[in-house]
Amino acid sequence: MSLGLSEPVVQSQASASKVRTVPKWLIYVLIGAGFILLWQLYISFGNVSPLLLASPLATAQQLFTDLRNGQLPGATEVSLQNLAIGLGFGILIGLILASLSTFSRPGRYLLTVLTAVFSPLPGIAILPLAMLWFGLSPSAIIAVVVFGAIWPISANTETGFRTIGATTRMVALNLGLSRIQTIRDVFLPAALPHIISGLRLAWAFGWRTVVGAEIVFGVAGSSGGLGWYINNASYFLNPPAIFAGLVVISALGVLLDTLFQWIERQTIVKWGMKQAH
Amino acid sequence: MEESASSIVQLSHVYLDYIQDNQPGATVVEDISLSIKRGEKFVIIGPSGCGKTTLIKAIGGFLKPRRGEVLVNHQLVRQPGPDRAFVFQDFEQLFAWRTVLENVVYALRVTKHLSRREAVAKARFYLELVEVAAAADKYPHMLSGGMKQRAALARALALEPDILLMDEPFGALDAITRNQLQLELNEIWKRTGVTIVLVTHSIEEAVFLGHRVLVMSSSPAQIREIVETSQAEDLDSPAFADLTKHLHSLLIRHKTPLNPPAEPITGEIKALELSTVE
Repeated sequence: MSLGLSEPVVQSQASASKVRTVPKWLIYVLIGAGFILLWQLYISFGNVSPLLLASPLATAQQLFTDLRNGQLPGATEVSLQNLAIGLGFGILIGLILASLSTFSRPGRYLLTVLTAVFSPLPGIAILPLAMLWFGLSPSAIIAVVVFGAIWPISANTETGFRTIGATTRMVALNLGLSRIQTIRDVFLPAALPHIISGLRLAWAFGWRTVVGAEIVFGVAGSSGGLGWYINNASYFLNPPAIFAGLVVISALGVLLDTLFQWIERQTIVKWGMKQAH
Repeated sequence: MEESASSIVQLSHVYLDYIQDNQPGATVVEDISLSIKRGEKFVIIGPSGCGKTTLIKAIGGFLKPRRGEVLVNHQLVRQPGPDRAFVFQDFEQLFAWRTVLENVVYALRVTKHLSRREAVAKARFYLELVEVAAAADKYPHMLSGGMKQRAALARALALEPDILLMDEPFGALDAITRNQLQLELNEIWKRTGVTIVLVTHSIEEAVFLGHRVLVMSSSPAQIREIVETSQAEDLDSPAFADLTKHLHSLLIRHKTPLNPPAEPITGEIKALELSTVE
């Protein structure tokens, strides 16, 4: 009796410890592989028109072809460039607004009103206006990304600045730091956990906006980009290319998120300002 | 006054308001005049909320008196500055994003405009002095409370200030670490001769560390008495016991008014700690 009862317990403990030793990334890869398998099975036995749904194999082939012939790398470069330039300006303006808001009362009122009015506007909703002002050019896309990045960055940075402890502020005063030194050497690093949160929001917002705007531009957009690539593939009834474009967009998102995690490990996790996960 | 030649801090008829969120509140310090001598260890003690922190912040330049003058080196104090290096109770006073060494190096670079090599050399000297050199390359969050306070003390000393202002620097430490740091602070004072103004609510700490102890009364905060304690460095000496008893009577006597208190006193009143008595 006792043996029969104790055996399952021992077994479940053993399996639990086994789960713990399997690396997380392997679990993620297995889940992904499972989905790809289901996808391929559906194509193989589901009698689906290849004009509506590409198979994983066809997608992989298209991905490989367009990576080698330079179409996808070129489109990726265009999209990432628009994102990077837009984020760069957005970060700069966001940080300046947050600093003004922290160090002057009119600045705080200004930021409160601007954030309240502008942050609910989706980037895509701004696009028609940007197109009117800048034409079907990368400038229009960049303008929308800048617009979208400013609010999460300035609002988060401002929160980060405002929650800096009284002791930290007094140390900065005690050292007789100039205003510039205080912002650069004390406020920015002290607020970094909040700033990184703002950056994560801003890039996710910007990435969606870039791809969306490129699709809105459609074939008329001469500059290219991943949204343009997908739109083109749809126009020419090429599902494998649509899927290949989606794979690249998603993969870049995962990559950028990994980059942010790496930045966090090198900074706020190392400094004990955020727990590692 | 004949002592003004050697005095480094002079307060004359200082009134201070308690300021929170930029709104001036009630006056917490009323009409305090005193003089602190160069090289002296001057301790401020009083019950919680008596305005002792407000007073040391005024010397540090963080608060402006509503009336009266605060002079340091015969100059009116207008703002904080590294000539009055502050050590806080709060462990968060070190910059979390810099190692212990870099915390000191940064402070030296921005205040004294030293080259990096000079700053590192000086920083290492003071980390050795305060015995925190082993943790030089660690980030503050990796350190114990005692080590954090040592690092903060090293940073303050490295500025080679005219006055070291310490606001309950050992208040958040366990008793053993606190006693160890009190001993070492005395040793450091012997080696550097720096003027120390220290706020505490521990009578033992006041008698052990202070040359003179300013006993404050609360609401309004005024000088109850300034007690000479320089002869009582030996914990076992009769002088130490007498002074401890004297400070105790000064501080506790006014906590038991003739008419019974409106609210019952809760919590145990420790013999030497005032933190439990409001």
